[in-house]
This record gives sequence, structure tokens and C-alpha cells, in this order.
Amino acid sequence: MGHIEPVTPRPELKMWEALNLALDRAMAEDDAVFILGEDVGLYGGSYRVTQGLYAKYGEWRVRDAPISENSFTGLGVGAALVGGRPVIEIMTVNFAYLALDAIINMAAKIRYMSGGQFRVPLVVRMPGGVARQLAAQHSQRIEHALLNVPGLRIVCPATPQDAYWQLRQAIHEDDPIIFMEHELLYFDSGPFDPGAAPPPLHSGRILRDGKDVTLVAWSRMSRLALTAAEELGEEGIEAEVIDLRSLRPLDLPLLLESLRRTHRVLVVEEDCLFGGAGAEIAATLGERGFYELETPVGRLAGADVPTPYNDRLEAESIPQVSTIKARIRDLLKA
Amino acid sequence: MQRDLVKQLLYDMLLARHFEQAAAEQYQQGRIGGFLHLYPGEEAVAVGSLRAADPGDYVVTTYREHVHALVRGTPPEAVMAELFGRSGGCCGGYGGSMHLFDAQRRFLGGYAIVGETFPVAIGAAYWLAMNEEPDCVLCYFGDGAVNQGTFHESLNMAALWRLPVLFICENNHYQIGTEIHRHSAVVEVHKRACAYAMEGRRVDGMDVLAVYKATREALHHVRNGNGPYLLECDTYRYRGHSMADADAYRSAMEVAELKGRDPISLLRKRIREEGWLDSDECAALDAAARRVVADAVSFAEQSPPPEDLHAHVHARPLDLYSGAAR
Ligand SMILES: Cc1ncc(C[n+]2csc(CCOP(=O)(O)OP(=O)(O)O)c2C)c(N)n1
Ligand SMILES: [Mg+2]
Repeated sequence: MGHIEPVTPRPELKMWEALNLALDRAMAEDDAVFILGEDVGLYGGSYRVTQGLYAKYGEWRVRDAPISENSFTGLGVGAALVGGRPVIEIMTVNFAYLALDAIINMAAKIRYMSGGQFRVPLVVRMPGGVARQLAAQHSQRIEHALLNVPGLRIVCPATPQDAYWQLRQAIHEDDPIIFMEHELLYFDSGPFDPGAAPPPLHSGRILRDGKDVTLVAWSRMSRLALTAAEELGEEGIEAEVIDLRSLRPLDLPLLLESLRRTHRVLVVEEDCLFGGAGAEIAATLGERGFYELETPVGRLAGADVPTPYNDRLEAESIPQVSTIKARIRDLLKA
Repeated sequence: MQRDLVKQLLYDMLLARHFEQAAAEQYQQGRIGGFLHLYPGEEAVAVGSLRAADPGDYVVTTYREHVHALVRGTPPEAVMAELFGRSGGCCGGYGGSMHLFDAQRRFLGGYAIVGETFPVAIGAAYWLAMNEEPDCVLCYFGDGAVNQGTFHESLNMAALWRLPVLFICENNHYQIGTEIHRHSAVVEVHKRACAYAMEGRRVDGMDVLAVYKATREALHHVRNGNGPYLLECDTYRYRGHSMADADAYRSAMEVAELKGRDPISLLRKRIREEGWLDSDECAALDAAARRVVADAVSFAEQSPPPEDLHAHVHARPLDLYSGAAR
């Protein structure tokens, strides 16, 4: 066990710094934790998340991997079966598609297939989302592909504080957990208190109270939803904003509680509309919150197109503050 | 050769042969469902190699793995009950024929997606190497699996980081109905080792003593920090790929010819020649194996089915619609 330094409280931290701190603390506390991924070591991580850890913990615990996503994610599964607590970094979600066998066929099923003999304490971190003109192959989301895989848990922090808490909590769990990060959030700063008690890993959070409509979002879209709600506040529309923080499991009690106050819901999602997480949320609210709904649950989501390179089209392909506001106004008219 | 070892090897192969025969019968009677891949003809590979391993070594196998589990020490009744899908099975009926696991015996599973055994094996080996533990990982796969990307990816990583893995190819010359020269540009699997600066060799997979000896040597290499090793066992399966296979892609002559090199007959012949065991001893082993298999079948028949659909999905029960409670 390494020497655990006390974390000095810092009022503001960037997302990547919070993740870095979470990894550092987890590794100092538990020798079973190791990191493996492309350029996580000497280079320091594509988004600086693993910066400094290679020098501190050495190459066995911070391992630079060859470009072999399926096998190195599967390596994480194998190590998890025999006592390790690997944190696999997939450079971006786009490459996680090459590791779906390891994630879906192996990590998610081994506990069940083995009749509960083996646990799979594996965290797979993956930055994703639409960033800045990275074009179709580098601007994807993966929620839809993993959302209905039994055995998986999916978390999606949007703030440095949640990123720190949720990564630490995920590493402690004995299940495979997909840890979705957003490429545009790494350098955003947010308040940070390492001593504060974290909420449960899979709970949602109300970012802003409101009585007129509930905005449900996660990852970067929760930030945009909050901005949209604040701007609408100046028009006299009071939107409640929920950051889900977790997609599987889903904090349905929180959604229903908010629905009982507002009677209207808009899901804001960056992933494509068709067959996405928003569909699950809308269907479930329709089933379990039908009599509270004033209007059908609205969904504002990514366009069903490969992400275009052109910046104007790219912006048009995902929800923006302006389009969120417009949809809310429409929803309130209905 | 030690007498006790020879006795063990013969018993294991007889148990394997009778067990698979019984499984085929139970399948035909409708007591075993799904896909069933049997091992007759290939017994010398699992038996010879696993008897050469230490109890601390991890084992990762494919869906054709009943015999591997048996040799590793999983009780035959627990393997048979798993094929029956019963609660007394080694996975409580949740895994089935293709997914045998036995944590107690470091048996890391049967995997039914071709090529998955490679990453699981290097993962376990990574953990062993990181912690400087003395154990190894035995990783089994068919000739068909070597064209999967994970073969290349994983052998590269294993060699790069000198991981303690023995890769054991069960080369039965067929990928279901596609013969090796029709699926691989290079049909000598062991030659692929050189692409990763790895040691590799081929052994007669019908000769259990040769497999045993080759595995001892390979494990010695791996255990002493020399990195991974690729051992190709040249073998043959008598039955179709699975019980669903009509076996129309190869000639009866070919099968008959290979049966002439039957691993059990070869060992018996050798035993006679060397005078290791007398015929009464051999007959007693055969009778004992038959008894164990018959008992395994009756155990499986009487074992109740599993009841809890939702058990074992997560570490703790998880309601997908109540995240906050977690
Ligand atoms: C990824 C994948 N593709 C296809 C299959 C279907 N399949 C099952 S076994 C098999 C042949 C495998 O041949 P080999 O690796 O030589 O093993 P053997 O069955 O001969 O022991 C195929 C194609 C599969 N299970 N997984
Ligand atoms: Mg084959």
C-alpha cells in the first residue's frame, strides 16, 4: 500500500484533474488497482487524466497498451477475475466499438454464467461525444449500444466533483462499470471538496429547482440544459434540471418526484434520437408517470446522421442551448 | 515414466471418453439442450497438458471443455449436472455445456465466442506477473481461433510484457466444416509464434505422453520468466463439430484413418509394451470410469433446476429503476 497523502481542499478543479486525483487516491489505497490503455503512461493520457501516475506507480500499474482494444479490455476482464481492480482507458468511445466483445460478451456475462463464482470489478473509462470538428468516426456516443446489456452499469459524470466521487465509487464496486466521460468537459472547472460525502453512485441530482418543466439530461447536455434553464428563468419560465449522473441503473424515483411537481418533461440527449436512452426514459415515464403528465414526454436528441465535419452542420446535429429553449417553449404551449 | 502417472493419464482419458459418450446419449434423449461440443479423439491434449500443470495454474478454455474441467478436478457429477442445466451443476445451471467455471480450481471458464480465451488468459497472467506470483495460465483454443484478431493482439501483449501464459492450440484441423488449409494461409500454427519472438513447437496431440512431456518443458520455460510459449497439439475429433453437425464435409475414410491413431489405444499399447500396468489393472480403471459416469448421470437427473432468474447478474441485487437507493 502506497503512502496516502491528504487531499488539500481546492475550491475549483478541472474535470481531468478531478479524475486524476481519483485515480491517484484509488491506486494509493489499493494495490489491486491498475491502469491500462493507449498512452496512459509515459505520455500522460490523451486528456491528461493519468498525468504523473506512471512516474509514481511504475509501468506495471500504469501500462501503455498497443492498439488492441478488444484484447486489452479483455485483459482487464481476465485480471478482474483473479483479484485485480483494473481501470481500462479506451482512448475514445469510438474505439470502444472494437472492444464490445470484451465488454458485452465477457465482462457483463461472466458473473452470471459462472453462477456467481466470479466477480468482475472492472472500470472501463471512455471519453466521447461530439467535440470540435472531429468528424463522423471521432464524434460518437455509445449509450445506445450498452444501455440494454444486462450485467453492465453505466455512469456519466458531468462535473469535476461527480467525476471524482463516481470514479472512486466505481473502482470500489465489484461489477463491470462503463465510465463515460465527455471530451468537451475535461477542461471545465467546477467546485471541488474532497471531504464532502458523496451521494450514491447511481443517484441523479437536481441542478436547479423549477415548477414548469423538468429537463432530464446527463453528461455535457446537463450543462447545456442548466444554461438553457437559467436563461429561460429570465423569461419567467421555471425549468427544473436533473443531471442523471447514471444511465444504468436509472434514478427513476427522482424523475417521478420531479414530474409530480412540473407535469412536463423534456429529455435532452446528445446521442441520436432513434433507439437511444431518451426512448427508455420517455417510455418508462409514460408507463409509470402517465397520470402526472400534462403532455407527452418530449425528446430533444442528436440528429440521426453520422456527425458531419462542417462546423455549422455539426452544431446543428446536436442539441444547443437555443434549441433546448425553443423546445421548452413549445412544450409549455402544448 | 512413473506408474502412477501413467495410470492417472489412462484413467483420465477413459473417463473423458465415457463421459462424452454419456453426454451424447443424454443429448439424444433430450436431457441436454443447446449446443454440445464433444471431445472424443482429442483426449490426449487436455489430459496430457493439464496433468503437467500445477494446481495453482489458471486454465482458460473454449466451449469444448468438459474434459478440461474433469481433469482439473471438477466433480464429474457437477459437470454433468451443468450440462443438464441443474442447480447441482458447477455453475448452478446458469452456464451450460459451453460455460463451465470452477473458481475453486482456478478454472476461469469456457468461452463460446471464438478467440476470447486469449484476452482472458493474458489478463490473469498480467495479474500474476504484476504480483510476481509463481503460477502460469494455460490458454486453450482451436485451429480456427488463430485467425481471430485477439490471437494476434494477445500474443503480442503476452510476449511484449513476458506474461506467464502457455498458449495451447488444439489443432483438430477443422473450423466446423472448413479444413485448416481452407482457413489458414499458414497451416503450421506453431510457426506463428515467431511473429511475436515467442517460442513455439508442435507435438503429436494423439500421444498423451508426448503432450505431457512437451507441456512440462513449455511450462518450465514460462515459469522461469522466459515469457509465453505456443504449443500446437496436432489432433483430430471423431464426432461432428457439435451434436448439430451432420459431418458431411469429410470422408468416412479420413475419420477411420485417424481413429487408427486413437490416443487411448496408443497409450494402452505403450503400457503393454513397457509393462507399466497389467490388463486387469487397465480393466479396473475402465470399470471405475464407467461407474463414475453412470453416477454422474444419475446425480444430474436428480438435481433440481435453478430457481432464481435474477441471481448473479450483479454483485448485489440491482433494481434498474431505483438508482438513488444505490
Ligand atoms: C466469434 C465467433 N465466430 C463464429 C462462431 C461460431 N463457431 C463456433 S465454433 C466455430 C469453429 C471453431 O473452430 P476451432 O477454433 O478450430 O475450434 P474447434 O471447434 O475445432 O475445437 C465457429 C465458427 C463463434 N462461436 N464465435
Ligand atoms: Mg478446430
